Amino acid sequence: MTSTLTPVRKRSALTKGQLPKYAPYVVLGVALVLGAAILALIGFNAFGWGVVSAILFAAGLVGWSAAVEGSRKAKDKLATCLVVGAFLVALLPLISVIWTVMVNGIPGLLNPAFLGTSMNGVTGVYDNRAAEGTGPVVGGIYHALIGTLQITLLATVISVPVGLLTAIYLVEYGNDRPLPRAITFFVDVMTGIPSIVAGLFAAAFFFAVVGPGTKTGAVAAVALSVLMIPVVVRSSEEMLKIVPNELREAAYALGVRKWRTILKVVIPTAISGIASGVTLAIARVIGETAPILVTAGFATSINNNVFGGWMASLPTFIYTQILNPTSPSNPDPSSQRAWGAALVLIILVMLLNLGARLIARVFAPKTGRR
Amino acid sequence: MTTTSLTSSRGAGRAGDKVFSGAALAAGCLILAVLFGVALFLVIQAIPAFTAPAADIQGGEGFFAYIWPIVVGTLIAAIIALAIATPVSIGVALFISHFAPRGLASGLGYVIDLLAAIPSVVYGAWGAAFLAPQISPAYGWLATNMGWLPIFQGPASATGKTILTAGIVLSVMVIPIITSLSREIFLQTPKLHEEAALALGATRWEMIKMSVLPFARPGIISAVMLGLGRALGETMAVALVLSSGALTASLIQSGNQTIAAEIALNFPEASGLKVSTLIAAGLVLFVITLAVNMIARWIISRHKEFSGAN
Repeated sequence: MTSTLTPVRKRSALTKGQLPKYAPYVVLGVALVLGAAILALIGFNAFGWGVVSAILFAAGLVGWSAAVEGSRKAKDKLATCLVVGAFLVALLPLISVIWTVMVNGIPGLLNPAFLGTSMNGVTGVYDNRAAEGTGPVVGGIYHALIGTLQITLLATVISVPVGLLTAIYLVEYGNDRPLPRAITFFVDVMTGIPSIVAGLFAAAFFFAVVGPGTKTGAVAAVALSVLMIPVVVRSSEEMLKIVPNELREAAYALGVRKWRTILKVVIPTAISGIASGVTLAIARVIGETAPILVTAGFATSINNNVFGGWMASLPTFIYTQILNPTSPSNPDPSSQRAWGAALVLIILVMLLNLGARLIARVFAPKTGRR
Repeated sequence: MTTTSLTSSRGAGRAGDKVFSGAALAAGCLILAVLFGVALFLVIQAIPAFTAPAADIQGGEGFFAYIWPIVVGTLIAAIIALAIATPVSIGVALFISHFAPRGLASGLGYVIDLLAAIPSVVYGAWGAAFLAPQISPAYGWLATNMGWLPIFQGPASATGKTILTAGIVLSVMVIPIITSLSREIFLQTPKLHEEAALALGATRWEMIKMSVLPFARPGIISAVMLGLGRALGETMAVALVLSSGALTASLIQSGNQTIAAEIALNFPEASGLKVSTLIAAGLVLFVITLAVNMIARWIISRHKEFSGAN
């Protein structure tokens, strides 16, 4: 009898036919427990647990929603689950790659000689000794680091003037005529050139002009600039476009020549965006492997001359150490060096990306249109 | 005196203008020349491969018998990559543009851009050292349970270094491209369309289905085409992950080869006619990706007034 006296909360007509707010948490908890139980039956692993629980969660929430709220709300819940699921799926490889590189790369990087020595004279004998535990892992990436920095620097020196001038032509002298339209179109098309084709082009060009079999750092730099120019053009073009027209008109009204207006007014206003675009372009080409592979050959010793002789680079170093280990019977020391180099390469690329963001933020114009 | 100095200064300014606009024009033309040069030099260096007697080409049956299997292999790898990457990328782009909390959205976009920042050789190394061994039990399961399908015909590769693994690694590299382009387009959907749909009582999914997706369809198509261009030309993921061989229908056996990986694996040691053959293969790849990219760009420019993907 007493139970009838307890106040019963009446459900409002407005919230009738809706899942309670706590519904997702309840379903998540149940899904996690059920998932663990199922996985315990067939052998537990964390990845399988996550997948099974996610499927159970989606099925449970959608089913409950279909029973209470009707099919339209259930479809909405299903779509939300799929979209969030897609995002989580896309994050998995990122986390996995970074984790793999960290775990495998740190032992190589901790070796004090790793950054300071080349692979000159490092043979399978040393690697066999290291694998047996009777010697250290010798050899390092100094030559590859030198090569990467020189090739990328030369590619930047080629691409930035060409790319920036093209962007200036498109924005300041363009006026929607056929030639600028054609350039814009082909710059976009160039963005999609496969990197290995750019490498083959540079190789074919130097084979025809200098002589067959010409493989130097400079050839690789030409290949990289074919990839880099369109990126520089696109980003600089965007930055020049957002410079307010009033600034140009003010300069013209003072009698300043067009070229001086561009050099003294337009470019300084856009310089932060241009610089960060160039940095991103460098970050893109510094990790390119295929074009360097077919243009610069493999070197195991230090080569400081970009214009003569084969040259190593970080990406090709990683590639050759994995594909053709120094000691074919004991690939472990080689793969340790490869992962160390991969970690160095990723750190370089991340620093460049971070640098680009910093440049864009710190040197942003005070008067830009926001 | 003043007049001469005035005219001279004006002359210098005029010359500066001429030089500067000339340099800008020259740089623009240089880009056209480079693209033309890419085609020209590839053709020049590739001609010996087309004219050489069939028996001298690798395989001994002429250039087209040599290139045919690797063109098909390239297409298989690219199709696998797109089949995985397209739905995931559209989902991620929708998540960032319409589902994620406003404050998080740009940060999440940056996280996806990080995927694009990782060098391709690192993905290749990851695919070979981590993904392939992890995924090979799944191939064994597929071979025993779905083996009646020609694409899952056993025996499965024990190392997991198959075209399917290569396609999965490729899809990871394509996801950021399709995502960032689709996200741009999703964000361009007219707010009034979305609000009208919501005001009629549509759920969020119905709003997306009615207003966002129809608006973005041409943009999505061209984003997928650009991703296809990337997947066709990507070298390292395939060169490191796939243990290559003859053309096979089964995706879970070792075998198949792509143009880019074939070039990367053989070019460094090649000489003579082999160089020409590989450059000719590169020319074929160039023509295929050029066609794909031009179609994509054409779709974008046709819908320029609607979409922001130009």
